[in-house]
Amino acid sequence: MTTIETHAQATTASQRDAVPQLLVGIADWVSSSDHKKIGRLFVALSWLLALGTAVVAALIGIERITPSTALIDADAAPQLLAIFRFGLVYAVLAPTFVGIAIAVAPLQVGARSIAFPRLAQLGLWLWITGVATVIISILGNGGPAGGNSDMVDLYLLGLAVTAAGLIAAATSAVVTVLTARTAGMSLERAPLFSWSALAGGFAIIASLPVAIGTVAYIYVDHTYSRVAFGGNYAVNDHLGWSLTQPLTFVFVVMAVGALADMGPVVSGGRQPLRGGALAGIGLVTTAVLGAVTQSQHVLTWTGSAGDKIQSLITFAFFNLLPVLGVLVVLALGALGAKSGKIRPNAAFAVTFLGVSMILVGMLGNALLNVDGADLIGTVFEEGATVYVAYGTLLAGLGAMAFWGPKLWGRKIADKKVFGAGALVLLGTVLAAFPQYIAGFQGQPNGAVASFDYDGPISLWNGASVAGHALVILGLLAFIGAAVADFRSGEHAGDDPWNGHTLEWATPSPAPIDNFSELASVASAEPVLDSKGVSA
Amino acid sequence: MTLALPSAAAPVPKRQAMVAVGVLSVAAITLMGGMLSVWLRFRAAAPTRESSDGLYTIKDWLPKDITIPEVAANTMLVTFFALLLMAQWASYSAKRGHDSHRSLALLVTFGLGAAIVNAQIAVYSQMGIGVRDGAYQSMFYAITATMLILVVVGMAFTAVAWFRSVGGRRDDVEVVNAHALYWYVLTGIFVALWFVVYVQK
Repeated sequence: MTTIETHAQATTASQRDAVPQLLVGIADWVSSSDHKKIGRLFVALSWLLALGTAVVAALIGIERITPSTALIDADAAPQLLAIFRFGLVYAVLAPTFVGIAIAVAPLQVGARSIAFPRLAQLGLWLWITGVATVIISILGNGGPAGGNSDMVDLYLLGLAVTAAGLIAAATSAVVTVLTARTAGMSLERAPLFSWSALAGGFAIIASLPVAIGTVAYIYVDHTYSRVAFGGNYAVNDHLGWSLTQPLTFVFVVMAVGALADMGPVVSGGRQPLRGGALAGIGLVTTAVLGAVTQSQHVLTWTGSAGDKIQSLITFAFFNLLPVLGVLVVLALGALGAKSGKIRPNAAFAVTFLGVSMILVGMLGNALLNVDGADLIGTVFEEGATVYVAYGTLLAGLGAMAFWGPKLWGRKIADKKVFGAGALVLLGTVLAAFPQYIAGFQGQPNGAVASFDYDGPISLWNGASVAGHALVILGLLAFIGAAVADFRSGEHAGDDPWNGHTLEWATPSPAPIDNFSELASVASAEPVLDSKGVSA
Repeated sequence: MTLALPSAAAPVPKRQAMVAVGVLSVAAITLMGGMLSVWLRFRAAAPTRESSDGLYTIKDWLPKDITIPEVAANTMLVTFFALLLMAQWASYSAKRGHDSHRSLALLVTFGLGAAIVNAQIAVYSQMGIGVRDGAYQSMFYAITATMLILVVVGMAFTAVAWFRSVGGRRDDVEVVNAHALYWYVLTGIFVALWFVVYVQK
């Protein structure tokens, strides 16, 4: 059987005259099975939701500046916190690179289309429907600690639908990389980003159903008996793991893959230790093991030597392997940079900084799980999640600046990418790092008001508010630059970065069926081969 | 192409339906695996009580007045294996172009799926428990109903394969094979569920 679809024009000329162009355009995008449009819709919607999430985060921070004075209604505070936590993971972190993978991976592997395009499309609409359902339920006094039972049920339903959407979209991307590669492209020759789409997609497919299963239990119990799972206020006791580390690491695999893919392009040569890069991405994917066990793995340095070693091994396996994976990819990037032919660009720099922020979040998570640090239950955990989520957002901005020319035919000016990226970077550090410090001082996680500790509460939370505001500003600046430059900016040409992989061998913007004729490849860098660059 | 890369013929489709079903089977396995692990965790955390003969201390997990209808549960298990035979027959026939055999095998597969649904309903009916009655009851309904949904999805898959078969899609071997793969995975999942929920209780 074949899953390659023909792409009929959305409307005929006469219809176009009769219907306003804007509506035709919207209908074309909403109903399109073109993977490039589906992927871009994923990313665009996640950016809009990121703006909303950052606004909510800033409101929470403002409330925390003076925890003794309630600026927000006491009943609304848990709802805001719930929207923030959900938004950070399922509206910002998870969809950003799923969308980029859907848009880019088929081009990279030389396919005419994504496998099961309607499944990818279903995934997009399920995801956004689920997110909207969750937000509506929380606003209606639902959410994990909501007072309205029906709305709590709606929240659970929305969470399951969101996860189902991400699974469907990831399935489409994974099957594409597994089955639609062009002639000669073995998995070992697959571009590193496509490899990460495969590994990260599998991680999503393996981990999110566990959350759906837990939701099923809680939904039935909450709706009918409220005996086993403790009613409204205990929802996060059982599902909290799906909103924090290590599950969040599952969603960063593709960000690391994007960096690994861009590195050799910037350094101007082939990746000499390609196997190492593949292994590094694989190591990040081990986060799925931590996710499916639904718990944190804490290092407790007590008891006999055997107990200590056992605790250390478990801790290292679940918390440090993903860190090692990121470090391997960064180290290989640094090795490539020694070639002396570096052609740095803003897209790479922003992606690199985004992955660096993810690394800081991962290290924070490792420290969080050291028993003696006494950080569990403090805002340190929230700081780690913010680092990971905003870091992924930042890496996503870099990735869209990198692959955007292939999708739109024009590129964003480097200065604009640098400027917006710097704002988001500064915002990420300001939003998250003060929470690390406040965590050490004992600021409780999940509390918006009525807490106290010895330390400059206003300073740490005020800095955090400023950080979220900078993220909003930076993201708005990037969106503005993208809208302006992708519409009327500099023409990118077909290969603006002197790329290595197949997507740079087709015209920009890529035609609806991606390639006028399919290519046969003989190495992992077929475009370099065609330029006569020796291996 | 804008660069001089050697051109290639359109690649032979690499069993996309099989791969997609394989990938989604991973999701089904982790879905039910996660639910079973929560079940085991709750069962392990249950308080203990004396057995009715006073000889043993047992977990107070399964309420005293509930009896698992083992005949219906075992029938379900056997039906799964019978269904596998039919799904494999459909796959075998499709590979050899035996259209009538394939259609008949798919029809019987669908019927056996309906028999599994019927057996599950019989389990509910014979147990006579309500979903509101307690922790065990709500969890029992949640995990078995999720399994039931997976079975219904399998039946829908069988129906699609059957419609394609009777519609003349003779080259549709891969869909029939993918459909058989789904039932194999589902049978494996049910064996685990049967052991944990119906045998160990």
